[in-house]
Amino acid sequence: MGAAGQMNGRDGDIVIRARGIVNGFGDRIIHDRIDLDVKRGEVMGLVGGSGTGKSVLLRTIIGLNKQKEGSIKVFGNEVGDADSASMRALQMRWGVLFQEGALFSSQTVAENIQVPLREYTKMSQTLMNEIASMKLSMVGLPEDTAKKYPSELSGGMKKRAGLARALALDPELLFLDEPTAGLDPISAANFDVLVRDLQKSLGLTVLMVTHDIDTLRATTDRIAVLVNKKIKIGTIAELRKDPDPWIKEYFSGVRGRAALDS
Amino acid sequence: MVSLTDVRPVEERAWFKTERRDNVLRFVVGGEWTLPEAPRLDPKLRALDLAHVREAEIDGKKLDKLDSAGAWLLLRTKRALEDGGAKVRSFIIPESYGPLFGTLEREHKAPPTPETQRLPFLYRVGRGFMHSMTQGYEMLGYLGRVTVETVETIGPQKQLRWKAFIHQVEETGINALPIVGLLSFLIGVVLAYQGSDQLRRFGAEILTVNLLGISILRELGVLMTSIIIAGRSGSAFTAQIGTMRVNEEIDAMQTIGLNTVDVLVLPRVAGLVVALPFLTFYSDVMAMIGGAVMCYFDLNITFPAFLRQLQGAISLNTFLVGMVKAPVFAFVIALVGCFEGLKVERNAESVGRLTTRSVVESVFLVIVLDAGFSIMFSILGI
Repeated sequence: MGAAGQMNGRDGDIVIRARGIVNGFGDRIIHDRIDLDVKRGEVMGLVGGSGTGKSVLLRTIIGLNKQKEGSIKVFGNEVGDADSASMRALQMRWGVLFQEGALFSSQTVAENIQVPLREYTKMSQTLMNEIASMKLSMVGLPEDTAKKYPSELSGGMKKRAGLARALALDPELLFLDEPTAGLDPISAANFDVLVRDLQKSLGLTVLMVTHDIDTLRATTDRIAVLVNKKIKIGTIAELRKDPDPWIKEYFSGVRGRAALDS
Repeated sequence: MVSLTDVRPVEERAWFKTERRDNVLRFVVGGEWTLPEAPRLDPKLRALDLAHVREAEIDGKKLDKLDSAGAWLLLRTKRALEDGGAKVRSFIIPESYGPLFGTLEREHKAPPTPETQRLPFLYRVGRGFMHSMTQGYEMLGYLGRVTVETVETIGPQKQLRWKAFIHQVEETGINALPIVGLLSFLIGVVLAYQGSDQLRRFGAEILTVNLLGISILRELGVLMTSIIIAGRSGSAFTAQIGTMRVNEEIDAMQTIGLNTVDVLVLPRVAGLVVALPFLTFYSDVMAMIGGAVMCYFDLNITFPAFLRQLQGAISLNTFLVGMVKAPVFAFVIALVGCFEGLKVERNAESVGRLTTRSVVESVFLVIVLDAGFSIMFSILGI
């Protein structure tokens, strides 16, 4: 069974299952018993106003932030309780693109991509170079980027290089934190197409935090909206009918309408 | 007639075999061609003899799983066949992997970059030499700039930033008192112990006091303090200013119209130039106390006797010769610290590298200058 086969054939397969997540800083609660399911092969967008804890939720799911209550299962394994061995097994199966790319600044782009390969596999340097160059071409970066240092790259190139590193181990699940923030509209649109293409050809499951309504329209299957410490999940069409004032404003405000009705 | 010339199943999870009939090669692959298998497949695929193949068939019907690493190996083999002059007349992989392989074949065109060659030894020596020369030249230019701006602050148009200056005096001077005091005390103890041990053989124990007084006041007090401060404050200057560079704060200052030398460098230089002489004096006192304590316990020289002997051993000049070096060393330490900080590039590694360099350079310069002072004083006969 192939990647696409997995996508269609096992639609009910839940990759991320979060139940009753509570997060907060001090006395301030930002997530009040949130449930979230992400199905295999789907692209889910995570949106919400500033300070609603989108990134916190993402960080909780990938185990960088411990939730106060609730359980998160990724590929059926509890993230919070995972011991280091099973956490490593999980980490091999997902890739994360941080907001600014989070490339290791002391290493070239090629070396950055090879970090996970070196950590988890024993392959020859030649093969690693080949794979790094292949990943770069997959994310649409020119060949000479391999030898450059992150400080020599533009914002958009850093994100692409970060994506190449996230894809290094051929993960099944990809987390993207604001992949198009800070990009010009053309680069952002290209990035959307890139994510969608990669998702299709690699059969990825994607969870992305974004503000960009164009990105949501172009790439996501379903959207999770964080409002009032709770979460609402649906397709764009479903969410546009939602009575919540923030969601209404988000999808039906000037920018939302311009993006969705075009 | 079919002859199986080469059958190589590679493990059970991922395998391939080649069947050769005259100039036609049938390349059959199957199993899980994925990243974990790639290191095993790679050398075996590279070792394949693909010479004199005119036509090839690639059959991947039996593939259970293919990811981008496996797809790359397949693509590489296909390209190797094509580069060898073979015509790939059929290429079959399960339909679901079509998009993946298609993306790869479409996007990946250039051959992988060759490894960077090691540069010849002489070239590297030359480059290193040129680098240090440039470094020295830039440093000299920087010294000039700081001097000019320092002189300007004495004039009416410009004023030292007093708040920042006071903060630096506190940070580099007052907060350094405990560590400088403790280390100086211990140096005094060690020196007295070693000195008394040697001098006792000549029955000249009392000269331990002379040894302590002259070596500490002339050399060790100021040298110790400068080295501690180079490690403590010089490195902090580089790290602070360097981190500001990484965050583009320095660029922001310049666009607002703030002079970076004014805002960052002068308060630090002035602060340390004021703080270090006081620290040196404090260090002298602490080291003498350490020495006196040791003399009392080891040689039974009482404090009044110690002081009487000390008074005879040293003159005001001995003390001043040490003290006069302090502001010079302070200036060098602060200058190097700030200079290296401003040279930081926009990456995390550069902050660390330049901080190390700042400490090594300032300690080096302090010792070289100290030697220079010694020569100068001996010529002047002080």
